[in-house]
Amino acid sequence: MPADVFVYLVSSARFSVKARNRKLVSLGLMAGLSCYIVLASATPAAAMHISEGFLPVQWAAFWWIVALPFFLVGLRSIARITKEHPELKLLLALAGAFTFVLSALKIPSVTGSCSHPTGTGLGAILFGPSVMAVLGALVLLFQSVLLAHGGLTTLGANMFSMAIVGPFAAYFVYHLLLRTGSQRAAIFCAAALADLLTYVMTSIQLALAFPAASGGFMASFIKFASIFAITQVPLAISEGLLTVLVWNWLHSYGKPELETLKLLRQES
Amino acid sequence: MNQKPTKNQQATARQNWLLVGAVVVLAVIPLVFVRGEYGGADGQAEKAISEIEPSYEPWFNHFFEPASGEIESLLFASQAAMGAGVIGYVIGLYKGRSQSQQQSDNKTLE
Repeated sequence: MPADVFVYLVSSARFSVKARNRKLVSLGLMAGLSCYIVLASATPAAAMHISEGFLPVQWAAFWWIVALPFFLVGLRSIARITKEHPELKLLLALAGAFTFVLSALKIPSVTGSCSHPTGTGLGAILFGPSVMAVLGALVLLFQSVLLAHGGLTTLGANMFSMAIVGPFAAYFVYHLLLRTGSQRAAIFCAAALADLLTYVMTSIQLALAFPAASGGFMASFIKFASIFAITQVPLAISEGLLTVLVWNWLHSYGKPELETLKLLRQES
Repeated sequence: MNQKPTKNQQATARQNWLLVGAVVVLAVIPLVFVRGEYGGADGQAEKAISEIEPSYEPWFNHFFEPASGEIESLLFASQAAMGAGVIGYVIGLYKGRSQSQQQSDNKTLE
């Protein structure tokens, strides 16, 4: 009899230890992510995006005109997705929230200055690039109106780099690498390259608007790229890793949604 | 089907830890090894613009600017918090859903 009780106690203790371990792991993950967010957002003041008024009028207008069609196509594609698969709205919110979080995190980099990731890769892989043109634009609008970060006149240019070039790069890199390698590696590369190319595009935009007196476009591009793009390399890696993290969660718990999205891809 | 985490799930959990760890390490390394002011990259870009074209004046200003660095960091923190809240909500909901799905699968099997 006492032996039975002992066995029972031991087995129940072992079970609860396992359950607790799992709880601890998920709690730890949440704590890790929150710590990361708190620590990273503690570094003060702005990074990246072309600041308000810092593009000449004609360039500001040019980028607005270039970015608008993508935005409209994105709106239509969001309307289509939410109409055909209302259950995907939550995942859409997740993709938007991911950009929202990552573009608020100003992270120190090897160049001794700070910048932030863009978080557009995840949504582009899940829903296609044009959807991110809308979600990215919302993030940029929020930051330019409330945070004086970026700007309304430069919103078109910032949209083009962060919400259009980045997502499209992610989408193509993902589908290119998916055929050759593992899915996670493809996601990592897609998100990291989307991040990096966003800043390369920003450098191109600035160099186009401000070609150097000697050396012209290339000299300016190298100057701006050395500010933006090099700072961005470790951040791009971080963004790739975080995108894989969220992907892992979705892969474990959001299988029905991912299946629906696979169908979506085959349809279109 | 059982309740315990499968080997696959455990491997994913370990991978997730490594991912978070790597991101933290990537952010800390520059702080430890590189001396810098850690200002924003866009501030540097503004400086670069004034070097290339000294006469350039920004032709438009923000309607609203955070009153101080503290307010700005508050707004940035709330941006991150809102996003993180939504991510936690969605992932938590999905996790709960897949667990209750698993439980009802087990019941029908028994």
